[in-house]
Amino acid sequence: MAKTLTQEFTKGLWEEIAPFRLVLGLCPVLGVTTTMENGIGMGLATTFVLVCSNFLIASLRNIIPSKVRIACFIIIIATFVVVTELLMQAYAYPLFLKLGVFIPLIVVNCIVLGRAEAFASKNNIILSIADGLGIGIGFTLSLATLGAIREILGTGKFFGAAVFGPSYEPFTFMVQAPGAFVCLGLMLCIMNLVGSK
Amino acid sequence: MGYMEIIIGGIFVNNILLAQFLGNCPFLGTSKKMETAVGMAMAVVFVLVLAGVITWLIYAVFLVPYNLVYMRTIAFILVIAALVQFVEMFLKKSIPALYAGLGIFLPLITTNCAVLGACILNIDKELSFMKTLVQSIAYAVGFGLALILFAGVRERIILARVPKPLQDTSIGLVTAGILSLTFYAFKGMI
Repeated sequence: MAKTLTQEFTKGLWEEIAPFRLVLGLCPVLGVTTTMENGIGMGLATTFVLVCSNFLIASLRNIIPSKVRIACFIIIIATFVVVTELLMQAYAYPLFLKLGVFIPLIVVNCIVLGRAEAFASKNNIILSIADGLGIGIGFTLSLATLGAIREILGTGKFFGAAVFGPSYEPFTFMVQAPGAFVCLGLMLCIMNLVGSK
Repeated sequence: MGYMEIIIGGIFVNNILLAQFLGNCPFLGTSKKMETAVGMAMAVVFVLVLAGVITWLIYAVFLVPYNLVYMRTIAFILVIAALVQFVEMFLKKSIPALYAGLGIFLPLITTNCAVLGACILNIDKELSFMKTLVQSIAYAVGFGLALILFAGVRERIILARVPKPLQDTSIGLVTAGILSLTFYAFKGMI
């Protein structure tokens, strides 16, 4: 255990911020970020699953046989995804409808399975929770940033309030499918520019 | 909704990679070489069609009559994982040439969100059995088409002089955006 708790937590926020550094879990990043609200909702749902599955996998890491570990991880993750689905249906139904198919698809999000395999199955419970929280919050931040950029440029509004004044013609390309790819590509380019200095 | 509409919609307008954003990890990961792209596309076509049909049957025969609809996410991922394993064993025994061609891509499909996503979308749209079959084939063909086109473009980009911060994934995403734009143009057809 060379790394401390805070290091495990903060690495997810910048050094290993999942969508940009590792280019993992791109489907929800591109699919739900038409508004910032959707981005944050999706990010929090993923964080919840990530923290819970990291916790359970870390506590069971000595019991799970290594030959069938991937199958066990998937079942654990799927269980928490169903929990999330049911909770969102009960308490955040409009958001659940907007995010649609991407909530059940957290099961196959490479970030969640990746953290289970690379971190939670080798480290203790406290560190795994810190890791899950860090990566999850980093994921939420990236989704929120991309959502905010696309919402402001694409609709000229931010949480329903106009940003640019009446003469602004919305850049609708940004909220449509092709805009998602281009916007993420350019953000990645900016991250590379900042990171290389 | 007619069959023609499902086919054109599935391949072009609602292309699973470029319009619905499902399965983007293998899309970016396996598109650097034409050879791997073709392997991945074939594996997805194979599994997606089988999984679409089988999850529809499981849903209609087991989950709905026993009131277990809320368990579908777990049920589907288990079905897909088992199916991939089964397909792998079957191909290894009976068509070794195809098995060798698909290689590593077959096991990777379990965590490909295009497969699970397409199955869930079919159920959400409440399609009939035949329509599910046609829709799955259309999605699978759309996936293959987009992936192979993208791999072709990416092979050419290697020869171009790309600014350093834009290299690799970054330029790949921008290219995917432009490719997505061409698919988007089919929107007027349905």
